[in-house]
Amino acid sequence: MIAELGHFCLILALCVALAQGLLPLAGAVRGNARWIAFARPAAAAQFALVALAFAALAWSFAQNDFSVAYVAQHSNTKLPLAYRLSAVWGGHEGSLLLWILLLAGWTLAVALASGPLPETLVGRTIGVLGLVAVGFHAFILFTSNPFERLLQVPAEGRDLNPLLQDPGLIFHPPMLYMGYVGFSVAFALAIAALASGRLDAAWARWSRPWTTAAWVFLTLGIALGSYWAYYELGWGGWWFWDPVENASFMPWLIGTALIHSLAVTEKRGVLKNWTLLLAITAFSLSLLGTFLVRSGVLTSVHAFATDPRRGIFILLLLVLVIGASLVLFAVRAPRVASGGAFDLVSRETFLLANNVLLTVACATVFLGTLYPLAVDAFGMGKISVGPPYFNAVFGPLMVPLLFLVALGPHASWRSASLVELLTRSRAAFAIAIIGGLGLPFAMGRFSPLVALGLFLVLWIIACNFQHVRSRVALRGGAPALLRQPAGYWGMHLAHLGLAVCVIGVVVSKGYETEKEVRMAQGDTLAIGGYSLRLVGLREAPGPNYSAVVGEVELSRDGRLLKVLRPEKRTYFSSQMPMTEAAIDPGLTRDIYVSIGEPLGGGAWSVRAYYKPFIVWIWGGALLMALGGVLALSDRRYRRGRATAQAAAVQGAKA
Amino acid sequence: MKPRHKRLALIGGGLAALAVAAALVLNAFQSNLVFFFSPSQIAAGEAPRDRAFRVGGLVQAGSVKRNPEGLTVNFVVTDTAKDITVVYTGSLPDLFREGKGVVAQGKLGADGVFRATEVLAKHDENYMPPDAQHALEQAQKAQKSLRTP
Repeated sequence: MIAELGHFCLILALCVALAQGLLPLAGAVRGNARWIAFARPAAAAQFALVALAFAALAWSFAQNDFSVAYVAQHSNTKLPLAYRLSAVWGGHEGSLLLWILLLAGWTLAVALASGPLPETLVGRTIGVLGLVAVGFHAFILFTSNPFERLLQVPAEGRDLNPLLQDPGLIFHPPMLYMGYVGFSVAFALAIAALASGRLDAAWARWSRPWTTAAWVFLTLGIALGSYWAYYELGWGGWWFWDPVENASFMPWLIGTALIHSLAVTEKRGVLKNWTLLLAITAFSLSLLGTFLVRSGVLTSVHAFATDPRRGIFILLLLVLVIGASLVLFAVRAPRVASGGAFDLVSRETFLLANNVLLTVACATVFLGTLYPLAVDAFGMGKISVGPPYFNAVFGPLMVPLLFLVALGPHASWRSASLVELLTRSRAAFAIAIIGGLGLPFAMGRFSPLVALGLFLVLWIIACNFQHVRSRVALRGGAPALLRQPAGYWGMHLAHLGLAVCVIGVVVSKGYETEKEVRMAQGDTLAIGGYSLRLVGLREAPGPNYSAVVGEVELSRDGRLLKVLRPEKRTYFSSQMPMTEAAIDPGLTRDIYVSIGEPLGGGAWSVRAYYKPFIVWIWGGALLMALGGVLALSDRRYRRGRATAQAAAVQGAKA
Repeated sequence: MKPRHKRLALIGGGLAALAVAAALVLNAFQSNLVFFFSPSQIAAGEAPRDRAFRVGGLVQAGSVKRNPEGLTVNFVVTDTAKDITVVYTGSLPDLFREGKGVVAQGKLGADGVFRATEVLAKHDENYMPPDAQHALEQAQKAQKSLRTP
């Protein structure tokens, strides 16, 4: 009964989405204010209906209703409740439902927070979001219904994939999807602006917080996914250039470019067309990511051919969205007037360089991800493009980007003096050169790549510091810093986060040690100045698995620091073994131990890693996200809203 | 500087970035593309000798032999038509099983033994690595076409 209710809600939501998509858009064209006014209540109704459907599915999971096929496939009575609830988005159908729920949520947020915008623009934006929702509703209802019943109710469910039974899964997909779907707002705003032909500083100022918010979620989602892969896959890696990872990384790269180009469009009224194109691209790549992950083409292009309905549906949706928006762009973009000119050396140029580098980097990732699929689809053989390709191409492209990140904030808008830039950054450059060359020696071994990485990092940090200091001097003392807008601090924090992240990448790659050995009870292993002793192994039961738990003493200079307990679990329902690594995390190093397989005679294969500064990677990502949050809190984004709320109150009274 | 020159300089900069990226991509493709060969193709001498590639198929039942010392393991990968012996040193992935699909990356030695640097088996008990699946299908096709004429 509950499942049918959920299904019914989804059907109703599709109808509402149709009206939400068509009426306000038609109203905007015909100048009918009542049709436009339909947008906000429709968005609210849409959210309520999808939330009900989502709740119905969650309820079916909580109640172990195995008559619902999706529940039977992804849950089990022995599965703890928290995982039963997060299993709602553990499979194809449910994760699409989550997608739609978040889309409805973002749409509702637009409806609630769109006070200062002209009604037509709001109507158009919510209308475009409605059309996107129509596509996804149709997809879920016609090809991937999560509420489908089974005629023969199984006594027990098949259980959730053990890899996904982890706290990381509770947060990673919602965060990632919040980011993916969040770009739909920037997209809808861009389409609305193209349709209306109104593209001014106010539009850009209004797009900025939405884009930044989506970017913050995507940043956190990717970082969570990377951390999850690090401790859950048992191989000590944190980024594999796997197509699924790339699918989330491409919108992030373009989203980062979009944040920066929106700044130019707002402040100087230039790069408008480019900004629009980036907004369209960011969302298209989010859709492409959904297509790649959900259509089955990654498992095999042939899997796509055997169950083509889903894949073809998303592909059609993808072609429709990208095609329609590009046609609109081609027709309308020439009419968008571009603002003032700028000099070759100016803030604008630096931001443009940022955009070019990020876009090109995204293109190389795109190529590496899709090339093997294309080759396979055309029957030209089977190839794989692995991490060596991405490292060889992506790394060199990041070097100029990191170099320019440091200088960008120092350049003034419109026209900057190259001489002044160079004199100002002289000290920072000297510090970076000395530190970059010296620090690797201090860490024990010189390597040119580490030196280059540390040079860039110190260069960014020193230039940031220099920038803040010169602000103090210019505006009259430290109190002036408190008066700096939040956006200023957000920028510096995000750039600092980037530097911190690069430290983690460079130092952990440059100085990590990996050992893979055979260990019996009582054996010791030396790694990175630490010693690991296998005390013993014992059987331990879990709620829905049995495990072999190793007891490994971590000590340094004969002093016991910690007992690590890596596990090898075997899940009952699938008989699938799972490696659970044990990690002793630290600010300057992680010690990582996982047990492989029994080798006979009581010995096991054991893998151990010493990874210096690796947590800095995720710490840096967190700082970037915090920088975004800080920028979001900037007062000037709220100024319009307060007056709008006052107006709304007045409107309600009248 | 005239606006036209400025525009040219900006466009030139963008093109230079693209050219560098293109050069990097081509170079990386040249050295890092990993091709896939089935045991039958290797037996027919199609696989390169000096370059890393991937081989896929089923792990032949009863073929997994561990070296009593250390972590070296031997196993046979088959596409049901032809076999190839694989040597690997290290822990095998959780889902490595006799009779199940596997993909190994490495180089072919002069002795005809495949020295793997990486062994992949994906995380799903029913999942078959697409490359391994492909190898089995190819072998079946080849056997059929042998029988029919």
